[in-house]
Amino acid sequence: MTEVRKKRPPAGQFITTQFNSLLGWGRKFSLFQYPFITACCGMEYMSAACAHFDIDRFGAGWTRFSPRQADMLLVVGTITHKEAPVLRTVYDQMTEPKWVVAFGTCAVSGGIYDNYAVVQGIDQIIPVDVYIPGCPPRPETVLDGLLKLQEKIQHQDHDWRWKKKRS
Amino acid sequence: MEEKAILDELRQKFPAGIRETSASPGDEVVVIEKAALLEIAAFLRDGRDKFTMLLDLTCVDYAGEEPRFEMVYHLFSLSRNRRLRIKARLGEGDLRIASLTPLWKNASWLEREVYDLFGVQFEGHPDLRRLFMYDGFEGHPLRKDYPLRRRQPLIRLKE
Repeated sequence: MTEVRKKRPPAGQFITTQFNSLLGWGRKFSLFQYPFITACCGMEYMSAACAHFDIDRFGAGWTRFSPRQADMLLVVGTITHKEAPVLRTVYDQMTEPKWVVAFGTCAVSGGIYDNYAVVQGIDQIIPVDVYIPGCPPRPETVLDGLLKLQEKIQHQDHDWRWKKKRS
Repeated sequence: MEEKAILDELRQKFPAGIRETSASPGDEVVVIEKAALLEIAAFLRDGRDKFTMLLDLTCVDYAGEEPRFEMVYHLFSLSRNRRLRIKARLGEGDLRIASLTPLWKNASWLEREVYDLFGVQFEGHPDLRRLFMYDGFEGHPLRKDYPLRRRQPLIRLKE
């Protein structure tokens, strides 16, 4: 990521890169989240979201319970094979731009549940931007993961050109 | 004292159905023949001790033994505050046993669970479908011979 930052843009693209940076700045502080909570990690999510740790300080305070209105999918908890199509549908329903956070060990890798029922990491189903480890993760870890995601968004190549869709 | 009483009563009443009984404090166990399950359960529910509550119903897979499976029923008497455990062995060739749904309504989902995870057939169950696993799932995952790493995903997984 730091390499991208240091790379000098071609002379003519100065304005577009600045606009890209502005978009990144705008988007990283207005993350609407869709919490896909299935297990005990949800308690830590609530803790991180409520007043004590207050995820709103970092511009991710809005919880939307419709995937159409959200741009940050938090997969909080164990995902089973029975549930995988549901998660996939929710991801597909979200509009671009969208980011996915795997919250807790179960979402990251299946955790201790290496058995017939559990998906061994949600990256087998949907692309993941940030992995937050922990069983469950402390709210500080959650906030750290959010900061990592914001840094990623800031330096991302944003698809802002209305004429062309990415892939 | 009371434990002995109920076990003795069962032995007298169903001499053919009872295989063995044991009692240690707070832990009464009756091992029965599976054919006698329904009448013994009905007697326990409506008899003197009134075991009106079916606490749990589950199955154990003793792989390598014969008979291989064992059904376990936990009953509770609200009026006497006592528990009773019924066990019945099932051979792998004949995995059928009477359903307890006529006696206790909550047996329905418990039996569906056991059917789903162990493949025991409950005769007389009104709606014997899988409870946890999805349609199209093959095999019974809690059996000891279900392959440890076997996965049956519903959607295509990335490697």
